[in-house]
Amino acid sequence: MRFLKYLLVGIFFGILMAKSEAFSWYRIQEMFRFQAFHMYGIIGTAVVLGAIGVFAIKKLGLRDIHGEPIVFCPKDRGFARYFIGGSLFGLGWALGGACPGPIVVTIGYGVLPMIIVFAFALVGTYVYGLVRNRLPH
Amino acid sequence: MWEFILHPWPWWFSGLAISATMFALVFFGRTFGFSSNLRTLCAMAAPRNSAYANVNWRNELWNLVFLVGALIGGYLAHTFLNDGSSVAIAQTTISDLAELGFADPSTSSSGVQPDELFSWENALSLKGFMLLAVAGFLVGFGTRYAGGCTSGHAISGLSDLQLPSLVAVIGFFTGGLIMTHLLFPLIF
Repeated sequence: MRFLKYLLVGIFFGILMAKSEAFSWYRIQEMFRFQAFHMYGIIGTAVVLGAIGVFAIKKLGLRDIHGEPIVFCPKDRGFARYFIGGSLFGLGWALGGACPGPIVVTIGYGVLPMIIVFAFALVGTYVYGLVRNRLPH
Repeated sequence: MWEFILHPWPWWFSGLAISATMFALVFFGRTFGFSSNLRTLCAMAAPRNSAYANVNWRNELWNLVFLVGALIGGYLAHTFLNDGSSVAIAQTTISDLAELGFADPSTSSSGVQPDELFSWENALSLKGFMLLAVAGFLVGFGTRYAGGCTSGHAISGLSDLQLPSLVAVIGFFTGGLIMTHLLFPLIF
């Protein structure tokens, strides 16, 4: 039962990715061609509201539902891993038109060949684990 | 109200809903980061892979439940919250994609993903399979290398004004623009 809330939020997320059309390959193409405001509006709204909320949580010292203080872990410092890793991700994002969340939502939506993309995302994750000590971070 | 839910959601409502998703997880004591699930699944399936040997996947089960929810959400959206419309992208995008051999979204069988890539017939052709495999591999490899995807960096990271996340998002766009503008004309 303690997992039910994550299931419900996940369902909400899945519906939202589909109804916002952010999971659509076409919308990602439109974004990377700068031909509509839609995706920028979605991400921009989420980030602005998110930044205000995170600021408020820190300022007010809010706690989570378990009574623990909410802490935001700073990302590890570095440049190469974020830029190179991010660029490789971007190449795949534009080609497949989906990042990990939308890949799963698309499969749920019934576009089953997206399972191939998901399977190879797992392969890519696995291979990264094999070679990561030889990569700049 | 129901009409509003049924039609494609406007950008501002979608952004608000993403923000709500993130804060729900934050108030549950968690973090909004979807690609961590790829790491968790690898840790479960390949515990001897050094990079994932230390991952205590039992602590990450909540996120896999979230993933299952996303799968169900996609199904519900398609089955019950569908007004039958296809994605209404800009006319300029439709023209650009037509030059690459992609038909108008209104003719796509799902209305949201192009049949040129995601019909079984094309996905199981040699070229089509390779394209989906490469796309997936790059997403999985890149997201673990960068330590996060769109949710972890572009939403959670930027909301916390994290500089590494800004670098990652600049990387996302660098890769995306190279693929779209330089490689697409060579591939399609």
